[in-house]
Amino acid sequence: MDVLDLTRLQFAVVTIYHYLFVPVSICLSATAAGFHLAWLRTAREKYLHLTKFTGKLLIVTFAVGVVTGLVQEFQFGLGWSAFARFYGDVFGPTLAIEGMLAFFLEATFLALWYFGWDRLPRRLHAATIVVVAVGTLLSAYIILAANSFMQNPVAYELDPSTGRAVLTSFTELMTNEVVLAAFPHTMGGAAMAGGGLLMAIGIWRTAADAAFRTLARVGAWTMLIGGAVTAISGDHLGKVMTAVQPMKMAAAEALYETATAAPFSLFAIGELGHDRPFFSIEVPGLLSFLGTGSFSGTVQGIDDLQAAYVAQYGPGSYVPMIPVAFWTFRLMIGVGVLAMALAAYHLWSTWETSRRIPLLPTFLQPGRGTPGWLRRFVLLAPALPAAANTFGWIFTETARQPWLAFGISKVADGVSPGLTRAEVIASLAGFTLIYGLLAIAWYRLVVHLSRQPLTPVASEQEEPEPVPAY
Amino acid sequence: MITFWFAVLVVAWVLYFVLEGFDFGVGFLSPALGRDEHERGAIIRTVGPFWDGNEVWLVAAVGVTFAAFPAWYAALMSALYLPMVAILLLLAVRGVALEFRGKHDSPSWRRRCDLLLAASSCGIVLLWGAVLGVLVDGLALGSDGEVTGTGLSRSLGPLLSPAAGLGALAALLAAVLLGATFLALRTTGPVRRRARDVARHTSTAGAVTLLLIGIGTGNRLALAAAAIVFVAGLQARRSREGTAFTAVAVAVAGAVVTVFTAHGSVVLRSTLDPAWSLTRASAAAGPAALRLITIAGVLILPGVLVYQAWSYWVFRRRVASERVTS
Repeated sequence: MDVLDLTRLQFAVVTIYHYLFVPVSICLSATAAGFHLAWLRTAREKYLHLTKFTGKLLIVTFAVGVVTGLVQEFQFGLGWSAFARFYGDVFGPTLAIEGMLAFFLEATFLALWYFGWDRLPRRLHAATIVVVAVGTLLSAYIILAANSFMQNPVAYELDPSTGRAVLTSFTELMTNEVVLAAFPHTMGGAAMAGGGLLMAIGIWRTAADAAFRTLARVGAWTMLIGGAVTAISGDHLGKVMTAVQPMKMAAAEALYETATAAPFSLFAIGELGHDRPFFSIEVPGLLSFLGTGSFSGTVQGIDDLQAAYVAQYGPGSYVPMIPVAFWTFRLMIGVGVLAMALAAYHLWSTWETSRRIPLLPTFLQPGRGTPGWLRRFVLLAPALPAAANTFGWIFTETARQPWLAFGISKVADGVSPGLTRAEVIASLAGFTLIYGLLAIAWYRLVVHLSRQPLTPVASEQEEPEPVPAY
Repeated sequence: MITFWFAVLVVAWVLYFVLEGFDFGVGFLSPALGRDEHERGAIIRTVGPFWDGNEVWLVAAVGVTFAAFPAWYAALMSALYLPMVAILLLLAVRGVALEFRGKHDSPSWRRRCDLLLAASSCGIVLLWGAVLGVLVDGLALGSDGEVTGTGLSRSLGPLLSPAAGLGALAALLAAVLLGATFLALRTTGPVRRRARDVARHTSTAGAVTLLLIGIGTGNRLALAAAAIVFVAGLQARRSREGTAFTAVAVAVAGAVVTVFTAHGSVVLRSTLDPAWSLTRASAAAGPAALRLITIAGVLILPGVLVYQAWSYWVFRRRVASERVTS
């Protein structure tokens, strides 16, 4: 691999890794806020214990998100200095505003909340975690807006004297139609990831404390509702994408020739080349529906788009990696649906009812309790949404290729000109090693925290003893 | 506008180095000042609620550099690629060690976290010090603002210069002083006493180093810093920990300002050709971007300062290191 490919690989590795923890943090801060408010309203001990427990999970996950997020802010200069020079006027202010507006808020208020149990008035204290939750959403929105610029550049013009992109309207940048669609889609995915983690811990520990049963059900509901949001907004995002990045949609189906009433294949065996696949299961008209909202709509094919782009942008290949786009798109949807099914099944089987539904087989009867197989494979609950999120990002980023910002500049033009192969190999090895160790430490700690009794025994180790200052 | 943003940038970096400087110092003083796991826990709890908020200033400083001076950001990051990656990796280890330590009761887990915290804090301080030293010296920037070279030495080479070594040493002393005076201010009992001793001894060493640097380079700020550090040591001896900490913080702030203003309007000196150096004007973003961050900054930053100050107020009490038996 050359410097460019290595740098791309490194960006993919650190970004995907960062995004395993971020959605969980986003979801956990909202869940912690929910439990905290529930405790304030009902004064039930159960909610207090769940608030503190979710808070601990949030703190350890947030820490990994922070340290890996810092890497993201440096990445644009480390490996992509040409990009930083060219888009500095668009990307720099966006990242700076994200830091000032959202990240400061999250970090400071999370500490205030976590360490502030005995130091702040009750309502004010509860408000601090709500601020954290709002901060995470703001943060996500601004970062997604920056990414949406790369999918669909808006609100810029090219400065003729410097050749650099200049931002013309921040409002327009923040209301890019892609970010408006991508935000709910991504937040739904975040709810699924965090909900999955809570559901898994809840199921695993149900026997230890009744509150864990609540945790599992709250997690499953979060996952299910998040899944619904993801699906509905994903449908909308698909249409926006077909309009602004038609090549991406064509690549998602490996559709070479422009077609009306284009089918969507659920599964295919074969080359995904110009010849039809050896075997595939197709739903007629579904691709047209996903892309245009009509079963008989026209979806542009790869060949026509390639010819049009050559005419518009000059010679070169404008076709992304078709098998990657094709499979990640399907896996994203398939794995996401599976995750929703898991959540629905858990809710159904732990529904407290004596009702029996005729004709249903035993394992589908409501209220029969969590089945043994679900207990054994409980890790599927967080793993499936995390995988779906990852497939979604791999799809959206690789199917943008060869563009860095669609229609303006290519990925190959963004890499740091001076960078050497040895440097990237060294840093990639460093990231892989340290990130691997972080993941192991995080997992061990989450398991350990889940094993602790929810009801605190004696005084907490964490709590500092108050001593008068002077 | 460019001058204003340059000032904001310097303030952000100063705040970062002063604030995170004391928690780096606390990090690597913890094994030395905490005789048992309980004392080390108390030491680490003094920075528990703050370190993340402090590190946010790095996000802010880098964000402002990228937003207001994109060419500077690009040149700095890509030219110092490996040192920056190393800092990021160590920051990752450190942040996680700090946050994860108290969440597990097993002594071996805590011991490992303490060790990682101390080692990573020390490494980061040395690297940042070296990077600041390199900034004063300048980099081999070409006409496109990039440093070319082969293999690992392209971005590691600058760290082997005398300026980098001096920077690393100065940073280490500064972090020890900041950490020790902060701990003296924030703890009670034996830890407080030991922290005070460390502050007293290092302040003399620090003042002498600064004095030598000041005489060697003829830099008046370094001489002033030497005097301030010496005063800090005296204050620490008299148990005026608040004044001591403030004095050290002022000295560190002065040193950081010196680094950023060492070459006047040149922000990054090219050692190959003065014409290739980056100046404030040539590295700055366009007027539209500067206007945008000005509006955003004016609207947002006062609020940030207020709630960060509030957070320090909420956690103003000292952390006891004595074992509480009840």
